[in-house]
Amino acid sequence: MKRLLLATFAILALALISLLIGASSVSLSSLLLFREEQGTAQVLLASRLPRTLALILAGSSLAVAGMIMQLLTQNRYVEPTTAGTAESASLGLLAVTLLAPDVPVIGKMLVAAAFALAGTALFLRILKLVPLRSPLIVPLVGIVLGGIIGAVANFFAYRFNLMQSLNAWTNGDFSSVLRGRYELLWVGFALMILAYLAADRLTLAGMGRDFTTNLGLKYRRIVAFGLVVVSMVTATIVVSVGMMYFLGLIVPNVVSLLVGDSTRRALPWVAMMGAGLVLVCDIVGRVVYYPYEIPIGTIMGIVGSALFLILLFKGRGRFA
Amino acid sequence: MIEIAHVSKTYADTVVVRDVSLRIPRGGVTSIIGPNGAGKSTLLSLVSRLLPMTAGTVTVDGLDVTQTPSDILAKRLSILRQENRVTSRLTVRDLVEFGRYPYSKGRLTAEDRAHAARAIGFLGLEALADRYLDELSGGQRQRAYVAMVLCQDTDYALFDEPLNNLDMKHAVGMMKLLRRAADDLGKTVVLVLHDINFASCYSDTIIAMRDGAVLHHGTPQEIMTRDVIRDIYDMDVEIQDVRGYRISSYYI
Repeated sequence: MKRLLLATFAILALALISLLIGASSVSLSSLLLFREEQGTAQVLLASRLPRTLALILAGSSLAVAGMIMQLLTQNRYVEPTTAGTAESASLGLLAVTLLAPDVPVIGKMLVAAAFALAGTALFLRILKLVPLRSPLIVPLVGIVLGGIIGAVANFFAYRFNLMQSLNAWTNGDFSSVLRGRYELLWVGFALMILAYLAADRLTLAGMGRDFTTNLGLKYRRIVAFGLVVVSMVTATIVVSVGMMYFLGLIVPNVVSLLVGDSTRRALPWVAMMGAGLVLVCDIVGRVVYYPYEIPIGTIMGIVGSALFLILLFKGRGRFA
Repeated sequence: MIEIAHVSKTYADTVVVRDVSLRIPRGGVTSIIGPNGAGKSTLLSLVSRLLPMTAGTVTVDGLDVTQTPSDILAKRLSILRQENRVTSRLTVRDLVEFGRYPYSKGRLTAEDRAHAARAIGFLGLEALADRYLDELSGGQRQRAYVAMVLCQDTDYALFDEPLNNLDMKHAVGMMKLLRRAADDLGKTVVLVLHDINFASCYSDTIIAMRDGAVLHHGTPQEIMTRDVIRDIYDMDVEIQDVRGYRISSYYI
């Protein structure tokens, strides 16, 4: 509990740094005193605060989505980008953008979520048919499936001149987050709370169908719930800020090493570390090439793959 | 009483369990033996509603297992399967406390915790209670699973090959413990066992299966004869009396 409190403070500190840096200067004193300096409050409320909130919401909900997927597949390498979920969400968003461009953003998100759900269900279906000789086969199947779905999306995006939009959906970037354009991410926050309320059931599902049935629960219902949460979270992120790779993979694995896999205990940590990692990567992306920005998706790809390699080598016994 | 009536299980065109009818009375230890592929594990899964049956009915104290809500059944009957590939990093205590889920629905009361502590003590796992499952040996993990099932505190407890992963000493310890669960805690224990000598020494009743059907059903004295064993396993064995128990030597 104490450690969790400490982590909260660390996140708040990161959030503060995130609020202070950027092309237009916002000083700590003006933030603390909330002096009505010319434009400062405007920058803060319209751009900085939404961006920081978006980072925290997206990071935590995406990490939790990764954790849920790992429980449902009983595989440590699965997350929305290694199961076809993210690519399906992009395809859905592309479809609705082409066919019904006037649908409000919440409707677009729901279509993307429906596609994500279908794509992930297809992934689970394929897993049942493929002999799983090694746990590594699972994410490989997911990456292949994601590649195929992504190729379909690419084809249509190319034909209809929407490559730029598709890029924005598949590569996370928070630089364009403004008030009024990130609020969808609160849906992910709500879903995270729902997942916390179902924590024990998710842990049980992570022990497999027989364990779950023996204790009187309906395995399929838990899986369906988990898939809906994962699909919706993925869709909100694709629609509002763009996908981030590795996050949902690394954070749950690090937390598993630190506090184990009891969802009730681990979920707050996963949310916290997810937010922290995204904040750090975003700050790095804004600082290294100041006053320009490197999209967080790129930074996350570099940091994430490095962390993932470390995890692979350190936890060799457990992973293989 | 567990009442199995005309139960069959078919996959495509292979019959795994063939029209089995049995009564397993309340109390005591019942062991199911038989060669590989006899349908022992499948039968256990059908009885515990882990698998849907193709035909027939199973009732536990009058409750039809396919009709009764799963959470009500979970307070009457528990099952531990043979293969438990739990990839989650849970502590032994976490796992055992999950045995209380049918009662607590995740909100553990002081009573639930006391149950868990008793089950941990019963299996001699006190020193390992806060260790993660993936840090334990196969045998220790097996004991943790058994503790979880006992913590579920059901009248009927089914175990599919509970001696898996256990060395001689722990196998004997486990059988004594299951015997105690029946004698002292009043549980009805149903086991699938490979080693017929363990079945002989620790059961009240033995059910012998072959090719999906029940071939023999009786006390250890009745089953542990040369003729019956040949009938089940196609093998000639010598049966000896050792301190009042029937032991077969089939190694040479």
